[in-house]
Amino acid sequence: MNKANFDFLADMLLKKSGHVLAPEKGYLLDSRLGPIARKEGAASVDELITTMRSRNDERLNWAVTEAMTTNETFFFRDRTPFDLFKSEVIPHLVENRKPGVKARIWCAAASAGQEPYSLAMILREERSALRGMQMDILASDISGKVIEKAKAGIYSQFEVQRGLPVQLLVKYFQKQGDMWQIDPSLRQNINFKTFNLLESFRQLGSFDVVFCRNVLIYFDQKTKQDILNRIAERMPPDGFLFLGAAETVLGLSNAFEPIAGKRGLYRRTQIAQAKVA
Amino acid sequence: MKQCLVVDDSRVIRKVARRILEDMEFSCSEAEDGAQALNECRKAMPDAILLDWNMPVMNGIDFLRALRLEDGGDQPVVVFCTTENDMGHITEALRAGANEYIMKPFDSDILGAKFTEAGLI
Repeated sequence: MNKANFDFLADMLLKKSGHVLAPEKGYLLDSRLGPIARKEGAASVDELITTMRSRNDERLNWAVTEAMTTNETFFFRDRTPFDLFKSEVIPHLVENRKPGVKARIWCAAASAGQEPYSLAMILREERSALRGMQMDILASDISGKVIEKAKAGIYSQFEVQRGLPVQLLVKYFQKQGDMWQIDPSLRQNINFKTFNLLESFRQLGSFDVVFCRNVLIYFDQKTKQDILNRIAERMPPDGFLFLGAAETVLGLSNAFEPIAGKRGLYRRTQIAQAKVA
Repeated sequence: MKQCLVVDDSRVIRKVARRILEDMEFSCSEAEDGAQALNECRKAMPDAILLDWNMPVMNGIDFLRALRLEDGGDQPVVVFCTTENDMGHITEALRAGANEYIMKPFDSDILGAKFTEAGLI
């Protein structure tokens, strides 16, 4: 791809989604944007971008942004965070929340729904440990397309075989033709929403637990800091944050600190509490 | 090194599965049908069995039921690996004592994920 086109694309992506397109990620362009190029009748991805530069068509710009920010995921991805949610977070909330008060979880980059549904399955399996506590999940993603897929809760045979134990497949899914649909009752406590992390979080309310996994890696340093600090503002003093295995708060934000021995799990710090209070 | 018995009437599938499993540091033996597999198990119980459903002589589900009645036959972790992909077959397999279930086609990601689910990795 010629440099002017690459720069245009990188700039647009940064403005629309905050995602940084590093030159070494150039290999992604053909697989991600090839289908759009074909649909638009462009001979190549390069030609597609040239067209975008001359047209400034918002619909096309957004389709490209969406294609570049959509990432594959799977049920119970990395396992540890879900084990920690069960062993650390649920007992803490049950202990420390008043009866009758709903706890709230936010999956900030929910993609096609595997993460919120994994949590919903855990909440169902751990019903007795919850001692009547209700938990609501907000599942958001920048891409309206993946949020639609998440809402439908329909997955391919390939998708239901990565990370999902077969016992849970049998318990919570129904086969529909070649696809598998998740039990609609699991959707009851999940609210799906298209949401860009660059927007203000105020409208979303507050959260006891935030899963923000494998998304900060796409942002520049300043945006990472900003997102982490704004998440902290949406939390009570004992809020929990989950980050991806390759992510950290160190050097980015004083609002969170890692919990020793609990990989990927962070809690709000006194500093953040003083600042927000 | 953990032992895995690969049971499938297709030589190609056995070869593909074996290559993936050996990359995951399993040592593999093979059987072409349930009866051969049962003989193998009577010689030495493997840690894991990757098991096709439809095979001549003795099919996978009959093998599994027979295995679970053998001395030490409750030990191997059994992962079905079959084109049968409806709920009826899956629940029947679980009731017969299968630990995990792979719907073909499979690749190394799925095999790795399922062996992890089954506690083999």
